[in-house]
Amino acid sequence: MPSKLAYYPGCSLHSTGSEYDVSFRAVCAKLGVEIEELKGWICCGTSPAHCTSRLLSLALPYENICLAEQMGASEIVAPCAACFARLKTAVHEVAEDPQIARQVSEAIERPLPKSMKVLNPLEVFAKVEGLSEAATTALPGLKVACYYGCLLTRPSKVMQFDECEYPMEMDELLRKMGIETLDWSYKTECCGGALAMTRTDVVLKLTRDIFEEAKAVGANAIAVACPLCHVNLDTRQEEVEAEYGVSYGLPIFYFTQLMALALGVPRQELGLEKHFVSAEAVLSGVGEG
Amino acid sequence: MKTDATIRPRSQLAREVFEESGQDVNLCYQCRKCAAGCPVSFAMDYKPSQIIHAIRLGMEDVVFNSKTMWLCASCETCTTRCPQEVDVAKVMDAVKIVALRRGIKPTVPQVASFYRAALANIKKCGRMYELGMIIGLKLRTFEFFKDAQLGMKMFKKGKLKMIPSLTGAVRTWKIFSRVKSIEKKGRGA
Repeated sequence: MPSKLAYYPGCSLHSTGSEYDVSFRAVCAKLGVEIEELKGWICCGTSPAHCTSRLLSLALPYENICLAEQMGASEIVAPCAACFARLKTAVHEVAEDPQIARQVSEAIERPLPKSMKVLNPLEVFAKVEGLSEAATTALPGLKVACYYGCLLTRPSKVMQFDECEYPMEMDELLRKMGIETLDWSYKTECCGGALAMTRTDVVLKLTRDIFEEAKAVGANAIAVACPLCHVNLDTRQEEVEAEYGVSYGLPIFYFTQLMALALGVPRQELGLEKHFVSAEAVLSGVGEG
Repeated sequence: MKTDATIRPRSQLAREVFEESGQDVNLCYQCRKCAAGCPVSFAMDYKPSQIIHAIRLGMEDVVFNSKTMWLCASCETCTTRCPQEVDVAKVMDAVKIVALRRGIKPTVPQVASFYRAALANIKKCGRMYELGMIIGLKLRTFEFFKDAQLGMKMFKKGKLKMIPSLTGAVRTWKIFSRVKSIEKKGRGA
């Protein structure tokens, strides 16, 4: 029997990205993917850690990796792209540098696991058989631009996930569920990430470029796999529209929300009401409990 | 006999960056793919490729007075594309670490304040308590009214937690302090 997948939600999925948490769980339940949330998990440190201390940026993720081993798991799934990147980077660096490995072990006062696979939900769901058959609800009229952001595929040496200049995993996954996704050129263009609060002007410019390209190919929705991308593209959209005198009205979905809808999960269970840009128009009538 | 034709000047800054990040800026041959692909370069005074060269030449005044590393969004495009496999994003991290360690005033102070606010928050709560982090940031930057409307809307939509979770707070605090003492030992050695 395969060991259960350890689920590392990370800080965002318990607050501003809670829609990702509920929709991810809903998809796992529908597809029979068994997950168990890591008990006592702590923050992975993300940018503040790696920008100020290498050891801290590796120790915090490893505390969680050790917790996963403690619960008998050999694989962790981390939906947040930043957490996914930090966990995977930690495993990579510890394997390459025995001296830092010793320091990490000393910092968290635990022996480091020999191996731990870090996965993101796209990889987990891609392995599930019978996806097309399980997708019982149609989502017609949706033309989705899949936005991968930066950290899922880069740096390619570490992340080793999909094709870093033109990924297709999210597209393929959604297409299997009967959702139309479009080809476009801004799949992995940075949204500005953590500069949202400190240099909002940069984020407004970068997200505007993304909206422009999505609109140019005829998208009426954008699918994301990262809570920070979601916050930037969703909560700042109105600000972008005001700043540049344009109108987009592009609802931003977590790809798990779209998958869940296609699998027949009622709309009210997916946190759609928390979105700033309403999804009403594109979802007209779909998934009404 | 293997010949290594790379000229490797040993500027103090290049050595410090190497110690901090394992990255050798002497490998750079100025192809400028990093600068070309950098999404934030439009807002930077010096492009990433210029900072790499400045580090190589030990031009500390240029490097530490530039905004480049503070504006870096860690998108890893540069790292992925560098033909010499220099982890440029890591070099940017290293320069920030060196600057903070030397007590140099960050040229984009809000970004450093954000790091401090976030880390102080994580250290105390174990998990990032966003409301606490935002308050910490505003107290450091005095930008009390910025994003106030956005914040209100997020509250109304239930996107911000009122009460922090304190799971793992003690463990996290201990990790922070052990990291600090290990780093101190490493520098004293």
